[in-house]
Formats: sequence, C-alpha cells, structure tokens
Amino acid sequence: MIEAGADSYDKRSEDEIIEYYTSQKGTEMIWSKEETLPREEIERIQLERLQETVSRVYEKVAPYRKKMDEAGVKPEDIRTLADLSKLPFVTKQDMRDNYPFGLFAVGKDELVRIHASSGTTGKPTVVGYTQGDLKTWTECVSRIACMGGATGKDVAQICFGYGMFTGALGLHYGLENIGAAIVPSSTGNSQKQIMYMQDFETSLLVATPSYALRLAEVAKEMGVEPERDLKVRIALVGSELLTDAMREEMHKFWGKDILITSNYGMSELMGPGVSGECLEHCGMHINEDYFIPEIIDPKTGEVLPVGEQGELVITCIKKEGLPLIRYRTKDITRLFYEKCKCGRTFCRMENLSGRSDDMLKIRGVNVFPSQIEEVILSVEELGPHYEIILEREGFLDKLTIRVELAHVTDSFAVLEKITAEVKNKLKIMLGLDAKVLLVSPNTLQRFEGKAKRVKDLRSK
Amino acid sequence: MFAKQLTVFIENRTGRLAEVLGVLRENNVNILSLSLADTTEFGLLRLIVDNAAAGKEKLTEKGFSSLLSDVSIIKIPHKVGSLQELLKIIDKNGVNIEYMYGLSVKCDDAFIVLKASDGKKVDEILTANGVGTITCEELAQI
Ligand SMILES: [Zn+2]
Repeated sequence: MIEAGADSYDKRSEDEIIEYYTSQKGTEMIWSKEETLPREEIERIQLERLQETVSRVYEKVAPYRKKMDEAGVKPEDIRTLADLSKLPFVTKQDMRDNYPFGLFAVGKDELVRIHASSGTTGKPTVVGYTQGDLKTWTECVSRIACMGGATGKDVAQICFGYGMFTGALGLHYGLENIGAAIVPSSTGNSQKQIMYMQDFETSLLVATPSYALRLAEVAKEMGVEPERDLKVRIALVGSELLTDAMREEMHKFWGKDILITSNYGMSELMGPGVSGECLEHCGMHINEDYFIPEIIDPKTGEVLPVGEQGELVITCIKKEGLPLIRYRTKDITRLFYEKCKCGRTFCRMENLSGRSDDMLKIRGVNVFPSQIEEVILSVEELGPHYEIILEREGFLDKLTIRVELAHVTDSFAVLEKITAEVKNKLKIMLGLDAKVLLVSPNTLQRFEGKAKRVKDLRSK
Repeated sequence: MFAKQLTVFIENRTGRLAEVLGVLRENNVNILSLSLADTTEFGLLRLIVDNAAAGKEKLTEKGFSSLLSDVSIIKIPHKVGSLQELLKIIDKNGVNIEYMYGLSVKCDDAFIVLKASDGKKVDEILTANGVGTITCEELAQI
C-alpha cells in the first residue's frame, strides 16, 4: 500500500468521528472539519499533496513521465500551486490510448475494485481503486451527502444503475457511511420502486433528474401522489445536468417542499464525490483537499482568472490507483472562492451549464441541449420529455424538436400557440430556427440512467 | 345540459388514427360523430361516442392519452337555415364559438356539437331560447 502524504487532516480517531456525528445527527451537518479549514491551510495541504502525487506519478506512470519530459518539467519544478499550470493535461483519449491500466500508479495486486465507463466509441475508460481509494471515496461522498441535506436517519433509495457505472456504488457507500439505510433498488421495475418507497418510507432518492421525473410519473399512474403519499424529502441528483428549469419541473412532480441538490463527479476522477451542492444552492463545493480545480480556456489550454467561465480541469491529489493530473473534464463552469453561508470554505463550482462534448453546432450557432431544454420547460403546457433531432438537408442543418404535451387539449388554438411559443423563444433566445413537433403525452422514450435526448443524424 | 366529448391528440404518423379507431372498435365503443382538425404536423380527433368514459379508459390502457370535455349537443330542426338561426342567438349574446361539427340522423332533427369559450353561458342561452340539448347516451338511442 502506498502512503500518500500529509495525513494528519483526515486521520480523526473513530471516537472523534462518532462523537461529532452523533452530536449532529438529524440536522444538517458538516461531515468533516476539513471542509471549513482556512484558505491558507487548504492551500498548504494541496501543495504538499500535489508535490507528493507528481513525484509518485513521475516515478510510476510511464506515459505521464513521457509527457512531463516532453514538456520539460520535473517533479521538483512544482514549488507553488501556481506551478500546476506547467504540467501537461490528461485527456480521455490518453485513457483510451493506455487501455486498460497504463495510467495506473499501482500494480493490479493493489487494486480492490475496477469500474469502467461505457465507451460509445471504441474502448471504455477503466478506473481502479485501492483499499485507500475506497476510503477516500466514501469520505468524499459522505461529505456531499451531508451537504445535500442527508442524515443518518434517512432511508436512501438508490435508483442509479448498479454495475460498472460508478454512480450507484459511490453514493451507496457514502450514504451508508453516514448511517442512512440503503435501499439498493437500482434502475428499472419502476412500479416496484414506488412500492418500496411507500413500504420502506424512503426519505431520500438518488437518481438522474430524468429518472426522478419518470418515477413520479409512474407513481401517479399507480394512483400514488408523490407529495401526499410518499415521504421522499430529498433528491440527490447527478450524472445529468440539473438546470433551474429542470429543478422547477421536478418540484411540479415531487412537490414544492422536496429538497433537490445536485452533485458532481466522474469515474475518471473517482465517481460521485468530487463536488456537491449545499443547502444554500449557490454552486457545488469541491472537496479541495482531494482535488485541485482549475478553469482553462478550452481552445488555448490557458488558465483563466478566477470567476471566468471555461473548462474545468481537475487534479487528483490523494489518489493511489489512478491519480490523474490536470484531467480535462470537458465540463463548462466557473469557480467561486467566497466563503459560503453554510460555513464551508471549500470553493464552489457553478452548476454546469453544459458539457463541451454535448455542445451542438447548428447552422454555425453553438448551443447546449440544456438551453433548448430550458426553453421547452418554460412553456407551461409542455411536459419535460423531448427529443432533439438534427439532420442535414443539402448544406443546411435542420433542427427538429419533438416534445410531449403535458395534457391532451381539445383546443386547436392552444396547440398552435404552444408551437409558436417554442419556435419564437428558440429564435429569440438562441437564434435557432426549428421545426417543432408536438407529440401525445407518454409517447417519447423514458430513461432510467442518463437521458439521451439528442439524435444527431448529420454525417460528420 | 352538457355531453362528454372524447379528444385524442394524433401525431401525424401513418396508421395512428387507425390505431385509435381500432381500440374503440375492439371495445365496442360506438362513434356517433367526429371531427378531425389537422395540420401537416398533428391532428385533434374529437369524438362523440356512446360511452365516453369507457372509451377514455380503454384508450389509456392502450397507451393513448385522451381528454374528456364538456360540449353541448344541440338539437335543431333538419331544415335549411336552422343552423344560422342558432348561431344568431349565440352571437347576439357575445359568446365566442371555439369549434363545432354536426351530425344528421334519419329523423326530423339534426344535431350540432358545439364548444364555446363560455360553455355555461351557451347552455343558459339555449335553455332560455327553448333550444334542446341532449347527452351522448340519448343520442345513441336515436
Ligand atoms: Zn455552502
């Protein structure tokens, strides 16, 4: 087992943890004292861990050593946190090129878990965990669960697909660690999911926003009113963007009092647990003693000043198995360092406005599917289910949006008004010309995991 | 008196209309009158059937969303000019008609299905003017 640097800050005695935990049980709490450290202290830990990680990676990970040599950087060149920008990036392509274990810093013997993300093209990306990594992961998720309002009294139903995907097991161990009762119901069999919610009095739901909506829909079909008949008080959503419009839509289905918080992570970095939203709803706190965030210009790779929007780059500073340095997440966000009202000092990343991977270029206009979603959700008569279809007609892109009506109407005028409203808003707000096709309620595909709502049929 | 109209939203997809009609047929729901308003992109199928509630239930079972709404089925004499006379009465009272469609049966009366912006007011006007309305069940008996 490799001992990673400065441990003093997360080695609390078990008694200390139990005491801290029981004193706060049932109320919103801050899981670890690290989350409230002064900035200088956070930075001191970060530098120490960064230096240790870079030396270790240089020694053990040949492909990254090669990159550093090519860039002319040695581990001893990292003297301050600002020196991080001297280091080369790691991309998803690097992970594919070194499939499966090429970027690992430990031998297979030391791994205790392997996950993989389903690659839509080519090989999947493989990630591995040592015993120590699993502890780190559990710690990080425990923190974001508490940030999001979870407590040890919750009955937590995990409606993420269990398996090679990191989401379900990540939340599972984190929530179990804070004392919640886990219902590992996974995805699918939605009627049974509703039965568990009723019978076990599930109070916390883990799901993608689109599956949470689906579950509410199924409940209603069964004659179960989520707000009246179920006890779900928190939804910890992830793995999909949670726009403000989507949050509102979730309130329509689950009631106005449900607490909805999003959290962020990706398997390459660890899984869920990189950052999470606190009850102040002002962005997601990054676990800065484990991850150093940077925002770069995705075109030039240059680090942008604090507060500017760009691509999030993350360096793992306390991982043993797969310590990625300057990993390009392709997620677009910005960082805030002001102290949060919740008491945490860890910086916050703005809820994502999109993934650069998901960005669509339609007739020269750059647009995120989430922006189209916001337009759709702003029209009252429309449900939250839609499909974006892109085709090429001659030299022109053709955009078609199929969207479900929330209810059937007998008024032709209403249908014409809805169509015109969506078209106008797309034109005015996003500069897009679209064909809008209304479809009957309950006819578009429903998703249990990450929703796939874009069909790009243009030949690339 | 109001009657229940069954409305189904039809996407413009080949066979969709036939599927809806198939469900009603299989369940012995008899269509007394219908109107299909459509554009190239979608259609609204409005139906007067002998049992609207059963029709809705069966459609839901087969995955078709539908709507029950109140309309007036108005009895007018089966002769030239009677529809215009009816509309005069309604117009005079400033009520806006959203849509209407008719059916004629082999008797002295004709029937007009009418939906107005203010259905209650139309009902009052009709009663005040001695114009009769009937329900789907009654219509089915004729
Ligand atoms: Zn906070």
